[in-house]
Amino acid sequence: MLTILDTHVEAILEQAFAEHPVEACGLILGKKGQRTPHRLVPMENAARSETFFQFDPKQQFKVWEEMDDQEEVPMVFYHSHTGSRAFPSKEDIHHAWDPEAHYVLVSTAEGRPGEIRSYRIINDKAIEETIRVIHQSNDAPGENHAG
Amino acid sequence: MPVKVKIPTILRTLTDEQKEVVSEGATIREVIESLESQYPGIRERLLKNDEVHKFMNIYVNEDDIRFKDQLATTVQQSDTITILPAVAGG
Repeated sequence: MLTILDTHVEAILEQAFAEHPVEACGLILGKKGQRTPHRLVPMENAARSETFFQFDPKQQFKVWEEMDDQEEVPMVFYHSHTGSRAFPSKEDIHHAWDPEAHYVLVSTAEGRPGEIRSYRIINDKAIEETIRVIHQSNDAPGENHAG
Repeated sequence: MPVKVKIPTILRTLTDEQKEVVSEGATIREVIESLESQYPGIRERLLKNDEVHKFMNIYVNEDDIRFKDQLATTVQQSDTITILPAVAGG
């Protein structure tokens, strides 16, 4: 199960619709062991494509440096599908390398605009998981103490 | 010439879980060859058809070697090489 802040869901959808028809992408960072990731970083899609995304390598370098400094880990990798539903494509599965991350997909396509789904991708298999959306001021401190 | 190389999580099974290793070489190509002799199997994760794998990023300090001289990019003793897997999909 993915536990995610409501503000992050809103930010992902807003970014996806703003960048439509190009695929939008980004990540949410958290502290290791924490259940809810806390820092969302929208990334530049270096592919600038309607059917492909790749984190801009220069920006990725900077984000990974910050992440190391702050002892954060990527907990969510997200991207949009602008012409299809929020299901992982063959390429999404092929390129997924982090078995500990949640892979979040959103759709801005006609049919299901705003659809959001989360997956674990391990050994070339994607398994969908439920998404629990929480409101920061009420739930987040409890989540963190529960660790 | 010794250089520092930062290893991403997905390649740490090859480096005995070390995050950072010291390798040798005056160019990225030489560093990769030297890494391969220390940690067999790492070269094929980094290169494809004698070029940097399309979905692997290699940086000298903060510069992506694709925008320098690719595998011929030179390295100096004080440089840090960082390897990061690309985040990509369709």
